[in-house]
This record gives sequence, C-alpha cells and structure tokens, in this order.
Amino acid sequence: MAATATELRAAPAASRNIAIDIRGVSHAFELDGSRLAVLESIDLSVEAGEFVALLGPSGCGKSTLLRLISGLEQPTTGFISAEGSLIDRPDPSRILVFQDPTLFPWATVWNNVATGLDARGVLRQESARVDSALDLVGLRDFSKAYPHQLSGGMAQRAALARALVNDPALLLLDEPLGKLDSLTRLTLQEELVSLWRREGFTAILVTHDVEEAVLLASRVIVLSERPGRIKAEFKVERPYPRHRDDPELVGLRRQILATLGLAT
Amino acid sequence: MSNAIEALDGRAERSPALSGVQQSVWASGIIAAVAWAAAAIATIALPDVVPWGSDRLFAVIMAGGALALVILAFVVPRAGRFGEGWINYGPWLIAIGVWLTLWELTTAKFGWLPKPFFSPPNGLLNVYVTETSRILICIGYTLRLWSIGFASGAVVGYALGVALGWSKRFSYWGMPILKLIGPVPATAWIPCTFFFFPTTFAASVFIVALSAGIPIAILTSSGVASVNRAYYDVGRNLGASEWYLVSKIAAPASLPHVFVGLFMALYYSFAVLVVAEMLGAKFGLGWYIQFETAYSGYANVYATLVIMALICAGIVKLLFVARDRLLGWQKGFI
Repeated sequence: MAATATELRAAPAASRNIAIDIRGVSHAFELDGSRLAVLESIDLSVEAGEFVALLGPSGCGKSTLLRLISGLEQPTTGFISAEGSLIDRPDPSRILVFQDPTLFPWATVWNNVATGLDARGVLRQESARVDSALDLVGLRDFSKAYPHQLSGGMAQRAALARALVNDPALLLLDEPLGKLDSLTRLTLQEELVSLWRREGFTAILVTHDVEEAVLLASRVIVLSERPGRIKAEFKVERPYPRHRDDPELVGLRRQILATLGLAT
Repeated sequence: MSNAIEALDGRAERSPALSGVQQSVWASGIIAAVAWAAAAIATIALPDVVPWGSDRLFAVIMAGGALALVILAFVVPRAGRFGEGWINYGPWLIAIGVWLTLWELTTAKFGWLPKPFFSPPNGLLNVYVTETSRILICIGYTLRLWSIGFASGAVVGYALGVALGWSKRFSYWGMPILKLIGPVPATAWIPCTFFFFPTTFAASVFIVALSAGIPIAILTSSGVASVNRAYYDVGRNLGASEWYLVSKIAAPASLPHVFVGLFMALYYSFAVLVVAEMLGAKFGLGWYIQFETAYSGYANVYATLVIMALICAGIVKLLFVARDRLLGWQKGFI
C-alpha cells in the first residue's frame, strides 16, 4: 500500500486544524411533551486534519451530531471538546455548511462571503480575504451577483467561500452536495478534496452517498437507525487524488452498503 | 391564404382591422381627440342651467388637449418606445374625454345632477383658479402634518415591530396590547391626545402617527418572526453578536413584510388626515374640506378630494420606486 499516514491527512503546514473528542454524547429532543432520543452514547475521536464521513439512514441523528460539534446546540449528556477545551458555543473556527446554501438573499455574493469578517468587525482590515476566498471557489466574476442569480452549484460554492474566508480549523459539512445535479456534484467532490488538502482543515462530512464517503474521507463512520449509535468504522487507506472506479474503493463501498443492510 | 396566416399571427389578432391607414395613424388618438373636442364644444355651445365660471378656460384646455391628441396621432406610430406608452393609455384617454363630456352635460348643461350637490368639471377648475393660494397653503400644511406623522409613526412602528418579533418577553407583553389597540380607530384617541399633548398640532401628528404605526408594527413583527431560522444559525456560527443578528439579518430579511405594512399605513394615515385636521387646525386640505362642507361648497370639496387622491397616488408611486430599489434582490416579488 503506497499510502502513508501523512498522505491521508490534509497538508499539516498549510493551516491550523483541530482534533475533536466526543465522549459519551447522547441527545434527545422534546416533541409535544415526549422525549425523542436521537443520539446514544457516541464516542468518537477525530484527529487534527482528518477527513471523516458520517453515514447512516436518514433521521439517525447525523446532522444533529454536526450541530452539537458546531456548538449551536448542547448535548443532553456527554461532552464534546476541541483540542481539549469544551465546546459550549458556536465559534467561527468550526463552521457548519448546510445542505441548502442559506445565502442571505438580500446581499451580494461578496457581502455574503464577507459575513463572518463583518460580524467580527474585521472586514475593513481583511477585505482582501473575501476576494481570495472567492478566487478559491472560482466565483470572483460573480462577486456582485445576488444569490437568486446563481445556479445551485455556484450557490453552494459561495457558501463554501463564506466558510473558508474565516480560515476554519474544522469544517462541518452537512450533505453540502445533496441537492446538486450529479455532474456538479462530481466536480464539487473533487474541489472539496483539493480544498481540504490545500487548506489543511479538519473535515467532518455527513452524507447519504456511500460512494462520496469513500471517495472523500480517510475514515467512514456508519451510524445505526435512530437513536444513532456508532455501528461500524472503516478506514479508507487510499492516497489522494482517488478514482471512483478504484477496485479497492468499490469493494469498500460494497462492504459499507452491506453494513447498512443494502447487500448487493 | 395569407390573410388566414395573418389572422393566426398574434399581431394580427391584437388589431383585427389592420390596414394601411391605421399603421400610419394612431386610431385611439383620433377617437380621443374627438371625445375631448366634444367636451370643449358642449361647454361652449350649450347654455348653462346655472353658471359655474371658468367654462371658457375649461373649453380651451379640452380643445388644446384635442389638438395635441391629433398631432400625437400622427407622431406616435413613428415614435418607438415613447409611442408605445401613449398607445397603452389610448383607451384611457378616450374614456376621460367621454367622461368629461357626459359630466359636463349632466351637471351644467341639463341640470340632471343639480347645484350645490354636484359640480361640472369647470366648477372644479374654477375652484383651482379662484382659490389657488389658499389651496396651495392647505397642501403645504397637510403635507407637513402627514409627513411628520407618517415618518414618526413608521420609525416607532418599525422599532416596535422588530422588538416584538425578536424578543419573546417583549412580545409576551406587547402583542396582546397591540392586538387590543390595533382595531380601535385612531380618532377614538382624540380626548386623550388633547390632555397629553401641548399643542393641537402635536395631537394631530400623534393621530396620524398612530394610524400609520400600528400596521407597520404588526407587519414588521410578523416579518421578523418569520425569518428563516437557518439565517440566524449561519450568523451565530460566524461569530455574530445579538445586535448583528437583529440589524444585519432580521432587519433586511423582514423588509418585504415591512413594505406591505408601509403601503397599508399610507392609506390609513391618509384616511385619518381629515379627522386629524379637525383639531383646531387653521389650514390643511382636511380642514378645508370640513370648512367648505359646512358652507355647502361641494365643488370645493370635490376639488380638494381630487388633490388628495393625486397626492396619495403620487406617494404610492414613490413608495413603489423605493421598494423596487430596496427589494431588487427578491425575485418575483409582487
């Protein structure tokens, strides 16, 4: 096997990145007075610079886990820490990218991407970073466009730029390619990998697509039905850039599908 | 054969009697000119039941309009975009001419609609001619009262609406009060306003502000409350403070609702102007209407109502322009 440990990580020198530690996390929602358990005793360590994919049937709590890691919500029990310090609020170093681009429709692409810098009051000094983030996702020419003028793929690229401009140490991707047409999806999968390798952030991706998971991630975590528990874990020890017809990846995909109860 | 094809063609269908003459002359323009000329001739040629004044001036204006329409009828087909606007309003120009002719005949000429309850168009014109300076002063006073009242009502209503839509606690106390006060006619507050405000002008401003502020507050709060929660998640995730979420996310996101509130406020505030000017005003269109009603000067009343309607329509137009500029980001907003 040609892959070494470093090849399976993002470039370590490129940027700061963080390790995430999830210990005994369970989470439940109150729904009309009754308790709905979504996640149960999750223990998971994500190393700095790793690309982890979370797979599982819909409604198993994958997206909830991302929200908990982002700090937008607090787990009912258990702890999540980033580099040893407890996550108790959202922070621009850990950015969630949603399935919908959720761009602000009243703002231009440039202003959307600038949101994080503007919110923290550093836009004036660091406005050049907005342009370089737009360059990074290839949207420089659309900086003055409004979201309704963008295609689905372009909007999702703009959402990525809005995350990347903050130089995140951790990118939480909640099915970011789920609603795109298949051609755009293939292009953006490659772009995501190269962004991750170049920028060096830690990445956690929630997806329904097994092929996408094995193509992008260095580790795939399979969750059970709700309440979600970790059911299986697969290391994807193939060097990047990967090929989707790589026989090893195809074999791994079959194995994962079997775990999900979809034997072919 | 070619006729059949032409009939199938959309253009042929729109002007069924398509001929060489109509292509070079704007037919509606000619018909409108005839209608306008008829109004002028009826005014001059037939005797009045009761004199109203300014009949010559009215006839001159209508004849001038008819002449202009004749000239336009030949210019418009060759004038491109400028012409298209006229062609669009052609049927309206005809209707105006016919309407003014019938109006003149039924009032001044045949007396079917008698003095003082009705007035011919030249009667209204006579009011504008003889009362010019007084009406101009009244317009100024009314615009001052309306703009101060509407602006302060809009600012306070918007701020209240954002607070109601944003803060649960504020909404707990504020919403029931607003729902109780909302349906009460602004004029019912007149006794209180006399007590609370130092001048009658301030009391009038308050009445106008109240009538404008309530719809704006209600619509703004519903706008803020219906903002997509995901926008706030994005903001919080990117390090936004509470103030940033309100001012940079909730405020612009609720703008479409706010504009609906502004349009409603515009009509409500115009409706209460007349009553607000009852409060010891010395000038103002509302005051003028009441003053003339008391003396059976109904022509003056109608003339003033026309001015108020035009002012209101003008402000609506301005508001539309502002909305289109501010809400250009919204695709397909009606």
